[in-house]
Amino acid sequence: MMHEIDLITIVTESILKERLISDLKNVGATGWTMCAAQGEGPRNRRVSEVEGGNIRVEILADPQTIDRIWTLLKDSYFSNYAVSAWQSKVQVSRADRYLGRAPDGPTS
Amino acid sequence: MGVGTLNLSVQYDHRMDFGASLSMATSNVLSVPVLVFLLGVISVRLKADLRLPDPVYQATAIYLLFAIGLKGGVALRASEPADVVLPIVVAIALGLVIPVLVFVVLKWVTRLNGIDRGAMAAHYGSTSLVTFTAALVFLDSLDVSYEGFMPTLLTVLEIPGIIVGLLLAKRYASHRSQVTDASSRDWVREVVLGKSVLILFGGLVIGFLTGIQGYEQVEPFFGGLFTGVLALFLLEMGVLAGRRLSDIRSAGAGLIIFAIVFPLFAGTLGIISGYLAGLSMGGAMILGVLCASASYIAAPAAVRLALPEANPGITLTSSLGITFPFNLIIGIPIYYFVAQALESWFI
Repeated sequence: MMHEIDLITIVTESILKERLISDLKNVGATGWTMCAAQGEGPRNRRVSEVEGGNIRVEILADPQTIDRIWTLLKDSYFSNYAVSAWQSKVQVSRADRYLGRAPDGPTS
Repeated sequence: MGVGTLNLSVQYDHRMDFGASLSMATSNVLSVPVLVFLLGVISVRLKADLRLPDPVYQATAIYLLFAIGLKGGVALRASEPADVVLPIVVAIALGLVIPVLVFVVLKWVTRLNGIDRGAMAAHYGSTSLVTFTAALVFLDSLDVSYEGFMPTLLTVLEIPGIIVGLLLAKRYASHRSQVTDASSRDWVREVVLGKSVLILFGGLVIGFLTGIQGYEQVEPFFGGLFTGVLALFLLEMGVLAGRRLSDIRSAGAGLIIFAIVFPLFAGTLGIISGYLAGLSMGGAMILGVLCASASYIAAPAAVRLALPEANPGITLTSSLGITFPFNLIIGIPIYYFVAQALESWFI
């Protein structure tokens, strides 16, 4: 049985890896997948080529958590760092794996 | 014919100092690490990607940091505490003073704002492992001795400059209330516990604990292969520096002059301080190199996290695109000559 849930994908400077993961957990993400990414964006102000390129982080979550992630990105990341992020609908099995708890308690 | 040869040799005698200097500078340029660096720079112009795969680059950086720390720790154990204390105190003082000088001097020679000047201060107040290592290889090739505990001074000089530079920038930013909450959080922890500091410091402690007997077991790997791994790392640095070359034209004359003249000044300051701290000629020269070099690994990471408003285009073009190649190719022999020239004043 497949369920439709939200996937948010964030591509940013690898130097932010630890900070971003810790922030994502704080807003309720229960899991993430990360890989190294290559590419070019409009903002040519990075140092990460010395530290190792870009990272691409994917998070499957409930709509409330996805909203909090967008707020986090707007408040703490977009203005100062090279970030691309997009949201899409995906089909998963075992949706309860990804529909985690909010920082204040269960959401769904 | 014979007379001609004689004249030639007489002339050569007169120019002995210049000839010896020239051949020393040439031997620095014609060393494998420096030539590999140039190959990396040229590869960018030829649009060929000679970058090491990312994990290999990270591994070589860890190798170099750990090997330097390990050797420094072994030598530290063999040193008299009294010989080490004064150089460490002097190194800390230099680490605090140099970034302030950078911050002030840049206000005179460039139009950079306080945030970018603070970022520059963090880069030039910290040190470059590779420049330091290339200077050790240079002295080894000339059979010039230096204090074995110099890596301790490298470790000591790595952090204060970054913190002072960031504090100067943040003070400037808070006057103009440009600093955001997100950028001011726990940055001291991120700087002090950065990967490069931890591995370098860890190597020092392990070397100190195990001493020469422990080191002998790993010497073929961390000693014998060292210059070869350094050469591989410099290929990567050459590519990264080469990518910055095209930005130099947009950097402005003030920044270019700063990136070359300030290291000469800071290097001389370091050499004089080294002599005053009781270091040998080789040791004073290395302290000069530490003061003259600018960080392009630890400082950029720290500045990016703690001071995202700063423009890395400026700091990296200056530290990696201009100062690093200058020090590697021309600076190291110059600091050696300066140390030699000043030796008679102090020793």
